Amino acid sequence: MSAWLLLLAFVLLSGASFWYLGIGFGDLLAAESRGKMLEYALGFFPPDASAAFLARTLQGSLETLAISAIGTLLAAFMGLLLAVPAAGRLGLPARAAARLLLNFLRSIPELVWAMLMVLAAGLGPFAGTLALAVHTAGVLGRLFAETLENTPPEPTLALRNAGSPTALAFLYGTLPGVMPQLTSYTLYRWENNIRMAAVLGLVGAGGLGMMLYMSLSLFKQGEAATVIIAMLILVAIVDGLSAWMRQWLGRSGS
Amino acid sequence: MSLALRQPRDPAALSRLALVTAAILLLWPGLQLTEFDPATLIDQRSREVMGKFLGTFFPLELSEDFLKLVFKSTLDTLAIATAGTFLAIVLAFPLSLIVSRSLSISRIGPRPGHWIGDFIRLPARWLLILLRSIPEIVWALLLVRAVGLGPAAGVFAIAINYSGMLGKVYFEIYEAGDTRPARALMEAGSGRLAAFFYGIFPVALPELVSYSVYRWECAVRASVVMGFVGAGGLGTQMELSMRMLNGGEVSTILLVFFLLVLLADGISALLRRALA
Amino acid sequence: MDFNLDRIGLTLDGKHRAIEEISLGIAHAERVAVIGPSGAGKTSMLRVLSTALRPTSGGLTVEGRDPWSLSREALRRLRARTGTIYQAPPLPPRQRVVTAVLAGRLGRWPSWKSFASLAYPLDMPGAKAALERVDLAERLFDRCDRLSGGQLQRVGVARVLYQRPDVLLADEPVSALDPQLADRVVGELNRDAIERRVTLVASLHAVDLALRWFPRVVGLRGGLVTFDLPPLKVTDAMLTELYASESPMPPTQDNRPLERPAAGLEPLARGRQPLCR
Repeated sequence: MSAWLLLLAFVLLSGASFWYLGIGFGDLLAAESRGKMLEYALGFFPPDASAAFLARTLQGSLETLAISAIGTLLAAFMGLLLAVPAAGRLGLPARAAARLLLNFLRSIPELVWAMLMVLAAGLGPFAGTLALAVHTAGVLGRLFAETLENTPPEPTLALRNAGSPTALAFLYGTLPGVMPQLTSYTLYRWENNIRMAAVLGLVGAGGLGMMLYMSLSLFKQGEAATVIIAMLILVAIVDGLSAWMRQWLGRSGS
Repeated sequence: MSLALRQPRDPAALSRLALVTAAILLLWPGLQLTEFDPATLIDQRSREVMGKFLGTFFPLELSEDFLKLVFKSTLDTLAIATAGTFLAIVLAFPLSLIVSRSLSISRIGPRPGHWIGDFIRLPARWLLILLRSIPEIVWALLLVRAVGLGPAAGVFAIAINYSGMLGKVYFEIYEAGDTRPARALMEAGSGRLAAFFYGIFPVALPELVSYSVYRWECAVRASVVMGFVGAGGLGTQMELSMRMLNGGEVSTILLVFFLLVLLADGISALLRRALA
Repeated sequence: MDFNLDRIGLTLDGKHRAIEEISLGIAHAERVAVIGPSGAGKTSMLRVLSTALRPTSGGLTVEGRDPWSLSREALRRLRARTGTIYQAPPLPPRQRVVTAVLAGRLGRWPSWKSFASLAYPLDMPGAKAALERVDLAERLFDRCDRLSGGQLQRVGVARVLYQRPDVLLADEPVSALDPQLADRVVGELNRDAIERRVTLVASLHAVDLALRWFPRVVGLRGGLVTFDLPPLKVTDAMLTELYASESPMPPTQDNRPLERPAAGLEPLARGRQPLCR
């Protein structure tokens, strides 16, 4: 298929979309709304740097960091538990059931999970942690299962043939081989989750997101700007930590 | 015999102990900060609320009026994603050209003073990073306050956020390909744009389109999520239904969401295969 | 542990006939060497004995019962008393030698001990003693992927020695070792079996090791038993015929022609005394 044809089709569809949505470019660019938008945008500068608010932002950042870390950690455990049946090591019916559950968990977006968890656990960071844990368990579970399927089963089979209980045979026989890959996937996912954790607060799941929502609702753009900057810094820190840990873990064994 | 009596020391013991201690020291405040309390999940009140809510999930809400509403929201979402991606491409394109070093005429030689070009490229690169680092839902929230509730905020949020992502990938595609044809043209005195359209663009086009199609697929998902903060489409509808604890409507919308994502996934995969 | 194989047959994947028909009995505390060319069915026979594979025909009896009719828990307990040494040791690369050896007792240890040993090895002297018997004590804390093929094989042997099973099933346990070490390890397996009065069944590629150490030698070819005799009664003609499809001369660990002790001398295997420690 020609890329040009696709391009043309896309331009036409986009035009149709704009027409269908009725986005009034005219209204937007009219003097009055331009003025309002400019005023709104200018409200972000300068970012609020008062000591009190910076302290709250720090607290919110730590909360968001904790949400992402604990959530990802929980997800790794749940994911591993589900990955064993999903890799077919406990029989075919278990495999189908586990895969179905994993697909279900990761198909629902984190934000929807967050709203559900707010219902179950109330407003605040716990809901965010659970939402991340549950969604990420689906993602990691699938990745872990693929890794497990590509791991030789001989060490575990040999141990079971020597009378070892199944779980211990897995821990001694398979886990040492796959640990580096599993840890790497988990750390990668942490980078994604710090971004999500910052945002889940918009529906009430704690952390910087909740602060952002409140600042914008009160039209305190200066505060909002500070929170956004904090988000960016937090993401950069976690990205760096994750990369460093992945490097450092490339060495030790069990 | 004496060798067996003396307990050998495990060289890994110390570092493992340190690791475990560090983990506990980090875990404890972490659990505090997240207000980790599994008990709340099973306490009376939340069980009632959850139970009632989950109970309403089946049967699905399939009344004609509601289905019509959902259908319209789905079209809205598709339109937001398409329009937003289109704008994103329009913005990303010039940005990618500015940022790409393969189109720098002053680097041929290099001519003295070529580093001035970096003064333009670097801020442009930072702009791209800024645009894509701020999550699209934050952009949506900001824009909802600026232009009001509705699909416009969604379209612009995607446009702004994705122009950052598309811009970055576009210029990476330019520089990963063979840059000699373009350079040769510029060495023969052609202008930058001409060099681009004759030298880089024809070769890069399939890859550019392929990535853009993938981005459109992501935009469909993002559009639903942004709806939760009022940017129109299925997300707004779902948020309303959840507020009213109407599980039946929520499950219908979730189903439609899955189908939509599946559809977008399928179209995207099909197109990208056809392009390859 | 005693075994009885009654017209055992084994077909793998529905096509390959690994064991045609084998009937023999192995008494408790007997030491048997199994020799034969590649593909003769030596590995398959050992896997049938260790209950890793279920025979497709014939009757297997272990200690007077069919192991495959046992409950899961009873079978697991039986397997905990079976020690298998594999030609290619099934050891996870990143695991340390000490943990790999200690894994031999997973079938017997209580759960908490097994879990704890992952973090901190709870019986380092025991593991070290087992490794000393195969001359590998200094590698106690090394990672398995840092060892050579021969060293890995010896870790596999050490694991089974540590396990102290009621039957030692060794599948070409010294194929990657030089002649001196190979002789020592086979000797160590025999010593272990004699001292603890347990059964030993070893498949060996090197005929000299089989004839030197074992009071009973079984020749396998094409999934069938061709002879089952004490070493002195095994003639050169039998050996040549056994390996005819593979090589003109019977294989030895040092690849030199097979040396037979002159007729009338005592077999070396019976004269060995356990060393004082």
